Amino acid sequence: MSETVIKTNKLTKRFGDFVAVDEITFEVHKGEIFGFLGANGAGKTTAMRMLCGLSTPTSGEATVAGYDVFKQPEEIKKNIGYMSQKFSLYEDLTVKENIEFYGGIYGLTNKEIKEKSTELIDKLGLHNEAKKLVSSLPLGWKQKLSFSVAIVHQPKIVFLDEPTGGVDPYMRRQFWDLIYEGADKGITIFVTTHYLDEAEYCNRVSIMVDGKIEALDSPAGLRKTYEATTIDEVFYKLARKAKRSE
Amino acid sequence: MLFGFPIIQIVLFGFALTNELKNANIVVVDNAKDLASQQIIDKLQGSKFFNVQKEIMTPSAIDAAFKEGKIKLAVVFPVNFNTDLLHLNKASIQVIADASDPNTAQTLTNYITSIVSDYQAQLSPTAQIPYTIHPEVRMLYNPDLKGAPNFVPGVMAMVLLLVCVMMTSVSIVREKEMGTMEILLVSPVKPLMVIVAKAIPYLVLSIVNLCVILLLSVYALNVPVKGSLILLLGESTLLIITALALGLLISTITSSQQSAMFASMLGMMLPTMLLSGYLFPIENMPFVLQVISNIVPARWYYVIVKAIMLKGLGFSFIWKETLVLASMAVFFTALSLRNFKIRLE
Repeated sequence: MSETVIKTNKLTKRFGDFVAVDEITFEVHKGEIFGFLGANGAGKTTAMRMLCGLSTPTSGEATVAGYDVFKQPEEIKKNIGYMSQKFSLYEDLTVKENIEFYGGIYGLTNKEIKEKSTELIDKLGLHNEAKKLVSSLPLGWKQKLSFSVAIVHQPKIVFLDEPTGGVDPYMRRQFWDLIYEGADKGITIFVTTHYLDEAEYCNRVSIMVDGKIEALDSPAGLRKTYEATTIDEVFYKLARKAKRSE
Repeated sequence: MLFGFPIIQIVLFGFALTNELKNANIVVVDNAKDLASQQIIDKLQGSKFFNVQKEIMTPSAIDAAFKEGKIKLAVVFPVNFNTDLLHLNKASIQVIADASDPNTAQTLTNYITSIVSDYQAQLSPTAQIPYTIHPEVRMLYNPDLKGAPNFVPGVMAMVLLLVCVMMTSVSIVREKEMGTMEILLVSPVKPLMVIVAKAIPYLVLSIVNLCVILLLSVYALNVPVKGSLILLLGESTLLIITALALGLLISTITSSQQSAMFASMLGMMLPTMLLSGYLFPIENMPFVLQVISNIVPARWYYVIVKAIMLKGLGFSFIWKETLVLASMAVFFTALSLRNFKIRLE
C-alpha cells in the first residue's frame, strides 16, 4: 500500500448543538482519486474545510500531507490546492493575470510563473483567450482553468469542492481527463461531487450520510456490498436512511 | 432599521441639530471695571446665548485661548469706558471672534452687537445727545468671513472617510461574495497580507485625493495652508488609516456588498456630516449627542485641519486631538484584525 496523505481519526465539527461532521475516520493514499459523496447538508463541505485549514475541528485528529490540522494549518496550506464550489477565479482579470496571481500567492518565482502560464495556456489551448477577461469564457473553460490554477504550484493534494456543478457532460468528461492527468503526476485528488456517475471515475468513494461516513470502498466494491448495479443505487439505499435534510 | 431611521432623523434635526447658538464660551476682559461695563456684562451673562467667563487677560493670553479653541469670542472693554461714554457720549468696545467657523462668528457677533445697542437705547432717553457704543469687530483667522475656509476641512474629512471606509469594506466583502476570499484564505498568504494589500490602493488613492483637494483649495478657493503642510499630510494619513480600519471592521461584520455600502453610509456619512462640527456646532447639541460626537473620527480631524490650515498652529496645539485619532486607529485596527476570520466558519 502506498503512502498515506490524509488521515483522520474521529474528526468532528459541531456548530452549537448541530453536529455537522460526526466522528469521521478515513485514510487517503498518494495519487489516489478519492470521491467524497453525500446529499446536500451531509457535511461534505465542512469536512473538506477542516482538512484545508479553513475551519477548526471541534474534536478528533487529522493530518494532511503529514501536517496536523490543529497545529500546522499554515504548513498544510502550502501543500494543498483548493477549488471551491463557487467559481473562484477573478472574473475581472484576464486568463493570464489569473494564472500569474495564483502563482504569486503560492510563492512561485517570476520565472516559474512565466513558464507555468505559457505551459498552461498551451495545454488548455487558450492562446486566443489569454488576454481576455475570465468573465468572457464559457463555464466549462473556466472550470478547467480553475482546476489548472489550483494545481499550478504542484501541491501534494488538491481539494475539489463540487468542481463540475452546472457543466455539460462533454465538458465534465474533459474535466475528468484533467483530473486523471493530475493523479498520474502523483497529485492526490480529493473530490466532492453531486454527480453519481462521476463516482465511478474515482479510485475509492466514501458516502456521507448525516455527518457520518456510511460506506467507503472502491466503486466496484460498493456495488457488490450493496448488491447494486450502479453507485446511484448504492447512494439511494444509503441516503434513504438520512434523517436530516437541507 | 427602516423604521428607526426616519425617527432618528426627525429627532436629530428637530431637536439636536440647530444653527442657533446657545451657551457659547466667550470671555469678557473688563479693563474698565466701571458702571457701564458692569451693566453690559450683566446683560451678556443674562443671555442664554453665552457662557461668560470674566477674566483680565493680556492680548497674547486671549490669542492663546483662541488658538486652543477654548473660546469663540472675546469682548474687551477699554480702561476708561464709562468716562468716555459719559463725557464724549461715545465709546468703543472690542469684539474679537474666531472666524474659522464663519457662521458661528457672525451669529455671535450679531448677538453681542444687539445686546450692546439694546443697552445704548436704555441709556439714551435720559441724555440730550444720544450715546453711541461702537463695537469694533475683529474676525480672527478669516477676516472676510469666507465660506470656503470652513468647508474645505469638512470636505477633506468627508472625502477621506467615505472613500476609505466604503471602498475598503466593499472591496473585501466583494471577495467574500465572489468566493475568492476562500481561495485566498486557503492559500499560504497571511490574512494580514490580504488586508494590507486591499488597503494600499485606497491609501494611495486617498492621498492623491487629498492633494487634489488641497491644490484646489489653495489655488482656486484661495484658502491657504497657514501651518505646516507636512503636519497636515501626516494627520490626514492618520485619519486615512483610521478610516481603512473602520472599513475593514465593517467588512468583517457584513456579508454582502450592499450591506457593506449601507453600513458605511449610515455609519460614516451621517455621523461625519452631522456630528463632526462641520455643519452644526457641537456645543449646541444636547449632551448625549456631544458625547456621541466624541467617537466620530471626523470631529477630531476637523479640529486638527482647521488648526493647521486656518490658524497656522503647530503640533503642540493639536497633540490631544492627534492622540485621540491615533488611539482610534489602533483600536479599530486591532478590533478588525481580531474579527477578521482567518478560518471560515
